[in-house]
Amino acid sequence: MIGFLTLALLVGLAIAAVRVRNLMTATAILGVYSLMMALLWCQMNALDVAFTEAAVGAGISTVLMLAALKRIGIEEHGSTHGPLARLLLRTMQEHEIQRRARGIRPERAATFAALLVCLLFGAVLLYGTRDMPKLGDPKSPANAHPEVAQHYIEESDTEVGPTNIVTSVLGDYRGYDTMGETVVIFTAALCVLLLLRHPQGRRRRS
Amino acid sequence: MTPSLIVSYVGRRAIPFIQLYALYVLGHGEDGPGGGFQGGVIFASSFVLLVLIAGWARARKDAPESIVDPLTATGCLLYAGIGFICILLGGAYLEYEAFAGANATAAAKQHAHHFALIGIELGVMITVTASMVTLYFEMSRPPEERNAPEDGSGDSDGEGADA
Repeated sequence: MIGFLTLALLVGLAIAAVRVRNLMTATAILGVYSLMMALLWCQMNALDVAFTEAAVGAGISTVLMLAALKRIGIEEHGSTHGPLARLLLRTMQEHEIQRRARGIRPERAATFAALLVCLLFGAVLLYGTRDMPKLGDPKSPANAHPEVAQHYIEESDTEVGPTNIVTSVLGDYRGYDTMGETVVIFTAALCVLLLLRHPQGRRRRS
Repeated sequence: MTPSLIVSYVGRRAIPFIQLYALYVLGHGEDGPGGGFQGGVIFASSFVLLVLIAGWARARKDAPESIVDPLTATGCLLYAGIGFICILLGGAYLEYEAFAGANATAAAKQHAHHFALIGIELGVMITVTASMVTLYFEMSRPPEERNAPEDGSGDSDGEGADA
């Protein structure tokens, strides 16, 4: 019941974040969205993921987005249409004579085209979920595999030690992946350094 | 922009507790939710608070580029270095049991896992903290700080050498 309530709130928040024109409000809504998501992870007993979601999604990335907004301004400008809708809009404007003859407004046609694409994509996604196992199904392939999930749950205590199995999976069984993640974070910092630090100074020197 | 009295009073007193909590999250990752990644993000958030109450330039003095920039790589090196030490000790890459030696007891192997896990989590925390601090400082750099001070001095140095 609470799960459905949280999911409904998530959908509402997502729509609100897209509809709002003030980007500061949209950022705040996305922060609340992340916090709701953290609640949902809690309800699924994924406490580590919930913790990360609350710290990274609701905390630091909201702060980073606000910092970025300070640079680019908090009002959304220009068209809200996506690239596909803009392409359609331009094509229809080029064939202005036909449009006038049929009496179709290109903006409305573009909106309907975008809606159609969204609905089609959503239908494909919904169709895809039919093949997924039920949430927490012990017989699903991921949970029933004797050498992966079963092994971690039964042997983690003697093989690795931590009482939190998530830690032993992240740090030990999948230590290589976690190292890759750390390098990803490092790369992000490196890219921001190269892009944002002293751009004027570098231009002057070259 | 001077922050309000309330923000600076509360912020000043909250920062040490935030940092202590980050270390707790790092150390407690074995028994509960948490670990290097979450601890690092929480530690970095204390620097965001520092920028809010002390201003960008003053906070950058406490977390200077000459220290934070190398730290982003240090964490990765610590993680990868532990892996390479495992190879040198005769194990596979990131096979922590190599720390205990070839014919060690089960308890010794567990100890090796334990210390290696703390080591790699510390590496993750260092990289995440330094990266997040760097990201925030670069994103929130105020306009008057955007011209490079060391770049300007480098130019004048070059001219001085010519003369």
